[in-house]
This record gives sequence, C-alpha cells and structure tokens, in this order.
Amino acid sequence: MMTSRPVLIINAHLVDPLTATETNGSLAIENGVIHAWGRAIDASAPPEGALVIDGRGRTLAPGLVDLRAFVGEPGAEHRETLSSASRAAAAGGVTTVVSMPETNPPVDDPAVVDYLVRRAREKAGIRLLPAAALTKGLNGKEMTEIGLLKEAGAVFFTDGARSIANAQVMRRALTYARDFGALIVHHLEDAALADGGVMNESELSSRLGLPGIPREAETIMLERDISLVRLTGGRYHAAMISCASSLEIIARAKAEGLPITCGVSINNLTLNENDISTYRTFLKLSPPLRDEDDRRAMVEGVASGLIDVIVSDHNPQDVETKRQPFAECADGAIGLETLLSAALRVVHSDDVALTRLLQALSTRPADLIGLPQGRLLKGAPADLILFDPDEPFVLDPDTLHSRCKNTPFDGARLQGRVHMTMVGGQIVHEA
Amino acid sequence: MSNLTAPGRLFPHRHLLGIEGLAPDDIIQLLDLADEAVEVSRQIEKKKATLRGRTQINLFFEASTRTQASFELAGKRLGADVMNMSVGSSSIKKGETLIDTAMTLNAMRPDLIVVRHHSAGAVQLLARKVDCSVINAGDGQHEHPTQALLDALTIRRNKGRIRGLVVAICGDILHSRVARSNLILLNALGADVRVVGPSTLLPTGIENMGAKVFNNMREGLKDADIVMMLRLQRERMNGSFVPSVKEYFRYFGLDSEKLALAKPDALVMHPGPMNRGVEIASDIADGAQSLIREQVEMGVAVRMAVLEALSRHLPNSELRA
Repeated sequence: MMTSRPVLIINAHLVDPLTATETNGSLAIENGVIHAWGRAIDASAPPEGALVIDGRGRTLAPGLVDLRAFVGEPGAEHRETLSSASRAAAAGGVTTVVSMPETNPPVDDPAVVDYLVRRAREKAGIRLLPAAALTKGLNGKEMTEIGLLKEAGAVFFTDGARSIANAQVMRRALTYARDFGALIVHHLEDAALADGGVMNESELSSRLGLPGIPREAETIMLERDISLVRLTGGRYHAAMISCASSLEIIARAKAEGLPITCGVSINNLTLNENDISTYRTFLKLSPPLRDEDDRRAMVEGVASGLIDVIVSDHNPQDVETKRQPFAECADGAIGLETLLSAALRVVHSDDVALTRLLQALSTRPADLIGLPQGRLLKGAPADLILFDPDEPFVLDPDTLHSRCKNTPFDGARLQGRVHMTMVGGQIVHEA
Repeated sequence: MSNLTAPGRLFPHRHLLGIEGLAPDDIIQLLDLADEAVEVSRQIEKKKATLRGRTQINLFFEASTRTQASFELAGKRLGADVMNMSVGSSSIKKGETLIDTAMTLNAMRPDLIVVRHHSAGAVQLLARKVDCSVINAGDGQHEHPTQALLDALTIRRNKGRIRGLVVAICGDILHSRVARSNLILLNALGADVRVVGPSTLLPTGIENMGAKVFNNMREGLKDADIVMMLRLQRERMNGSFVPSVKEYFRYFGLDSEKLALAKPDALVMHPGPMNRGVEIASDIADGAQSLIREQVEMGVAVRMAVLEALSRHLPNSELRA
C-alpha cells in the first residue's frame, strides 16, 4: 500500500478538523505520510518525480473513519464483500471502515479476526478493521476472549445490532475490558420494550398501523449502561443514539467525567419518521427514525460536540429481504458511499461548521480506536479526500458500488461529491 | 507435653475462627509450635499424648480431601479420637438446621470440632452454640485460617522471615477464602502483599485491605519473593468471570516466562488442588522453585499446633489457666 513516489496536492482548500483550521494551499506527501501542508509550501517546485495534483476549487480533508459498517464476509458475500465495501467506501471518501462482528461465523474468535485482517490487506483498497463480538456467538451471555481478540487486531467490542440484556454480563465485560484498555460499543435497545416494534412509537406509527418502539427502549438501556460505567470505570461508547432524551443523558454523564462517548447514525441525523411515508422499507432501521425534534437534537449534538461520531451504519440487504411488507422486512440501509454527501446537508443548512462535521466523521472516530488518522498532521498517514462540498447531484442507486442498493437516499438531491480518495498516499478512487 | 509447659504465653483464644482477631504474637506462637510438630511428624514414632482421651469431630459440609485428611492425621498424632462427618452421611441432608446439628453434636461432648461450611459466618454461628473449641477449616469465601498459617510456616522455614518479603497472591481473589486469610496474616507479620488478577476476580475495596492491586501479572510479579497461585474453578472460566482457559492462562497463568520476572530465588506456592495448564504450568508446579508439596506437609504440622494450643482451654485441662 505504501508508495515511495512523493505527491504534491496544490491549490486546494485545506481543512484540518483537529485544529478547526481552513486555509488555501498545498499538501506534500512522502512515503505515504503527510510531510507538510499550508500556504508556505512552494507549489511551483515539487520534489523530483512527484505526482502533482491540482486541487483547484476543491476541499482537501482527512478521509472519513466509519466505526460501523456491516461487511458480508465471512458468510454473507451475497450482500457485501470486503472488496465491494471497500470500493463503496472509497467512492464515498471513507478511508477507514470498522466492520461489525455479525457474520457467519461471528467474529468471536481470534482466528476470524486474523482472517479478516489478512484478507482486508489483500482485497480492500481502504483500511478495513474488524470489531469483535463482546459475547460468544453474540449470545449476550459469556464474554469473548477480549485480550486475545484485541491482540489479533480487533479495534473494539460489540454485539453489533444486538443489545446485552443481562446487566451482570455487561458489568463483568466492562470490568474485564478495562484491564485491557478495550472499548465496548453497545447498541441501545431494551429487547422487551422494543419487542415487535418496527418504527418510532408516535402518532404516525398509530396512523400507519405499525407497532412502535418507544424512545424509552433506548434511554432505559443507556441509563443502565451509564450506571455500570460509573461502577466499573470501563470505556464505553453508545453506538447510536436517536432521541433528544438520550442526548440529555449523555450530557449529564459527560459532565460527570465518565469515560463515555456516543455516536449517531447518518440516518437519524438527516431523516425523520415522516420520510417513511408510504412504507418505504429502506427506512426501516434500528434505531428507528424519530421525529423532527429528535433529529434537530441530533444535529445540535453534533454541532456542540456532545455527539462524538457519525456512522454510516452501512447495512446491505438484498432485495428479497427488503421487498416485503414494512413490518416483515429486515432492518438496515446502505450508507458508506453517501455518508459525506448526506452529512454535508447539516453544513449547507448552516447548522454545523464543516470542521466540526469532519471532526465527527474523522478525528473523533480515529481517536476512539487509537488511530493517527483524521487530521492533517506531519507524520500522519496520508488518508485524504479531495471533494467539492457544493456540487449538486441526484442520487442514482445504480451508480453505487455496494452489492445492495437499499439506500434511503434513492433519488434524493444531495450536495457534495468526492473526486479523489487516497489511502496511505495512494489513490484508491478518482471521479 | 512439649514446651507448652515451659513458661510463656497461653494462647488466648478458645476457638480459631479466622486470622482476623489474632495478634502477631498469637500467630508467631502457633508457627513456633508448628515447627516443633514438624519434627514430631518426621520421627518414626509420630504419636504424642497431648490429646489423649479427647474427642475431635471433623464436620465437613463441603467436600474436601486434603484438609480433612490433614486435620484427621493431626488429631491422631496428638492422640485424640477423631471422627469424620461429611455432608453425605449427615442429617443435614435430611433437613436439619445448622444449629440443631451443632446442638446434637454438642450433646455428645466432643472436645474439638473442626468445621468446613459453604457459607461465610457459619462456623462462627456454630461456635456460639457449642461448649467445645471450634476450628474453622474454611467458611464460604470468608476465611481459611489454617491454610494461611501453613503458608506462613512454609514461607518462614524457607526464607527465614516474613517481614519485608514481597508476596504476590495471584488469580481468583474474589472467591478465595485462602486469599483473605493470607492477606490478613501476611500483613500482620509485615509482608508487602500484592494481589494480581483480572478485575472481574478481585473483590470490591481490596485495595483498602492491605494489598497493592495489579491487573497485569507481569507487573505484579516483578521482584516478588513469593508467588502464591490460587485455584480458578471451572465454572468461572467460560465467559462469566474470564473468557476462556486459553485467555486466562495467557494473561494470568504462571509459566516460566512470567516467573522469570520475579526474584531469581522466588518461591511458588499453591493451596491445591491445582488446575495444571489453567493457573499454573505443569513444569512450574513440579519445578525447583515450587513449595507446593512442602505446603501439604506443613499443613499437618500447623493443624497439630492449633489443636495443641486450643486444647489448653478445654474443660479439665491440667494446663488450664
């Protein structure tokens, strides 16, 4: 993946989310890492043999780091493979993807982590890092080999879209993980409260005649987890919050100084339950889309930094599992390739600054899993994107690289397009 | 009658319910007495008459091989009549309460009762209901005083002292009565005690009980004089407290690589029964640094010492103060 050829990107609008700096200038790459950037670089004298890229009219920023994507390997290659996910990610400006452990077999054994790490190196142009299961067989009962899995390369521990119902299991996992400095990521859904629900519980769900999932299915689990974090001191990340009341709970926990962070799905940040309209099954999601007030709260959470990261929650589903009555179809939507374009909506609506948005899409997620990416810093890997934040387009699902086309932005007007994606100084996508 | 007849301090307790409550002098007195018992046990003629005519009942509510055998031998070597009662044959199976069992046995006029029970505090409860001396042979996750004494005796005989030694107690501290008794005793005698284990196997507040806590065994073993391993029960190693045997052995099992971090003359102990390949590698258990077999020998001596010390409080004792 390393290239020895130096690269010089000139005339670009440089955005460093770490320092919240925007400036025009150049960026020099040597041996796959950022060598220097800013106005001071002499664009007229590139190093010998350098590849010079003209970034005029475009924005150069760190590549996105997505902490939550379902990649079908092993076991569901008909939905997605490492290489199709990698192509979709590269086209969307995502340079690091963390894959979820809900595969077949699940990622609960160091050998599977090892397999994924090696196979990703062969098959993926971008960086694909596996998350491991928190419990064996994702059964919610016995913790996995957290120490050995972490040594093999697992970046954090989660049961994916499953919640740990048993508080004792969660307590011990948090306690044990703390000794290894491991991060636990949890999907917030009280199984009993959410049982049978297929969308947000609201007047709309009543009108549509669909069983609802109350916000309390999320907040009760979140409150429980925060109590357990206070008890154990384990590092904890709430995978995706969806409602204003969760944000208040997070705010209190952070004010208390607990080692807690949280994420939001791009879907809950940019869509609301009304988008379901005529039973659009691509919008059947977990957590469900809430109402506009909740969505507004998510946007404010990103703007204030209370919400640490934005994830794609990329979940490819084939036509057969989505072409069903709403209540019977599978959860999930793809999101890797549209992550940046969709997220830029909150910048275009003047709710979130571009640097702040990019922090939530690159710097903070990189920090959470201990990566040096997500910043324009001398010595950091040159995982970069060159994009036009204003370029408008109408999304045509057929142009997407994912094996499945279940996008919630089918036919949507989006603004912001990635023209080049670079990983370790090498171009992995150009358009 | 050994040198109990010599001028000196009378052991000031009627029961031995725990290490908690013993003064350092009490502990040293028992260890000195045990040193003498070692000599007795190494003779061809191992029998003394100290407890001749006395009745000792070993009341074991929890299965035990080595502790029960050790107490039985100790009593017999001191001349007592020893009776073993274990769960299988006792009326507890028929629904009798602990107190009723105690009253029934008391009516048979024993002089010493050795009790092991699965509930913390059960031995104390029983001691309040009987007229004889009671020895705690392990109550729940609370105390196992004779194990701590035999460990101390083993250490003292090999190192010549206890004060100032760095002792690392490793493994399942949470469920271990051995660890609790050892922690109290070793602190009382001035050792520098560490506990080493995953946080899931450490009791709440252990750092305030006189132990320095280590979650990383390599750090915990650094410069240790004594490495004391504890047994991890099978039902706790499959995901409930630790993920697996493989992971436990990798991070918390004693192998030659980790032992090399301790002092070159460090000694290894284990209260038994061992899980080879779980908490301790076989070659270490049988190696030159291992004191594990010596601990068993010291067990009999310490129990003789305890029986002898307590016998002075028995009714009609010629030595009774």
